[in-house]
Amino acid sequence: MVQILTYLGYFLVLLGAIFLFLGGLGIVRLPDIYSRLQAGTKASTLGAMSLILGVGILALRQPGHWNWFIKAIVIIIFIALSNPISSHALARGSYRHKIKPWTKEDIDAYKDYIEHEGIEKESEEIKNE
Amino acid sequence: MNTILTILIVVGAIILVGAAIFAVVKRDLILATVATSVISLILSIFYFILQAPDVALTEAAIGVALTTIIFIVTIRNTKRFEDD
Amino acid sequence: MALHFNLMDIIVLVIITLALILDFYRFLKGPLASDRVMAADTMTVSSAAMLVFLGLLFDRYIYLDIALIYAVLGFVGVIVVARYLEGGV
Repeated sequence: MVQILTYLGYFLVLLGAIFLFLGGLGIVRLPDIYSRLQAGTKASTLGAMSLILGVGILALRQPGHWNWFIKAIVIIIFIALSNPISSHALARGSYRHKIKPWTKEDIDAYKDYIEHEGIEKESEEIKNE
Repeated sequence: MNTILTILIVVGAIILVGAAIFAVVKRDLILATVATSVISLILSIFYFILQAPDVALTEAAIGVALTTIIFIVTIRNTKRFEDD
Repeated sequence: MALHFNLMDIIVLVIITLALILDFYRFLKGPLASDRVMAADTMTVSSAAMLVFLGLLFDRYIYLDIALIYAVLGFVGVIVVARYLEGGV
């Protein structure tokens, strides 16, 4: 039982560390802010969640360490709640700051969505800017 | 002290000094505020490794949220770029 | 303090340290303010994960609280900066 927990925990921890490294690599290599946001936030969220779950499983090897596992689950829930909010707010702020996406064609799907759905307040704000 | 912890402290010290020089050199005050947040993060890791969890807890809570909010609101009420 | 790390712990710590160095490179280089804020946020999340792992290695239960603080409060600064870029705090 202890051996199974050790293998599973170290597998999750190594997977999370590799995902954190891939998030850093995507931040360095990708061309513009929106794709960098996509790499840096999704991969980092998954990597941190996997690594913390692995730590919670590794702590279960010692008897009476259920509180480690429960606190690890609480940290995972808070990361899963808070990190996509910051990514979304930063992408929205960058769009309102009029930063153009890196595309070959001139496509702005978000503006088309706003005009098509008739969200008048937001489209007026964008036109006024 | 362990070898890997020593390597971690050396890399953290390089990041710390780099962020501090960045905060001094740049003219943009928003970037200086973000660099201050990074400095607080690395300092919290140092306190953690040196076995002082209460100081690390205080540094984390103050440096990551409170300082950033106060500085950004102050910059909002004045102006963003400093001039000579 | 007598800590005994096995090979897997050292590999994981080295990989996370490399991730921190890559994030800090983008923080120094990135042309826009949004790039730098995003790099700082990614550094926060990576550091929270590394602090949880170090807390397991040190075997102290209270060390998880620091990672909990970063998980709860880490997004506040990013939201304030994003609201500033959007036009109103």
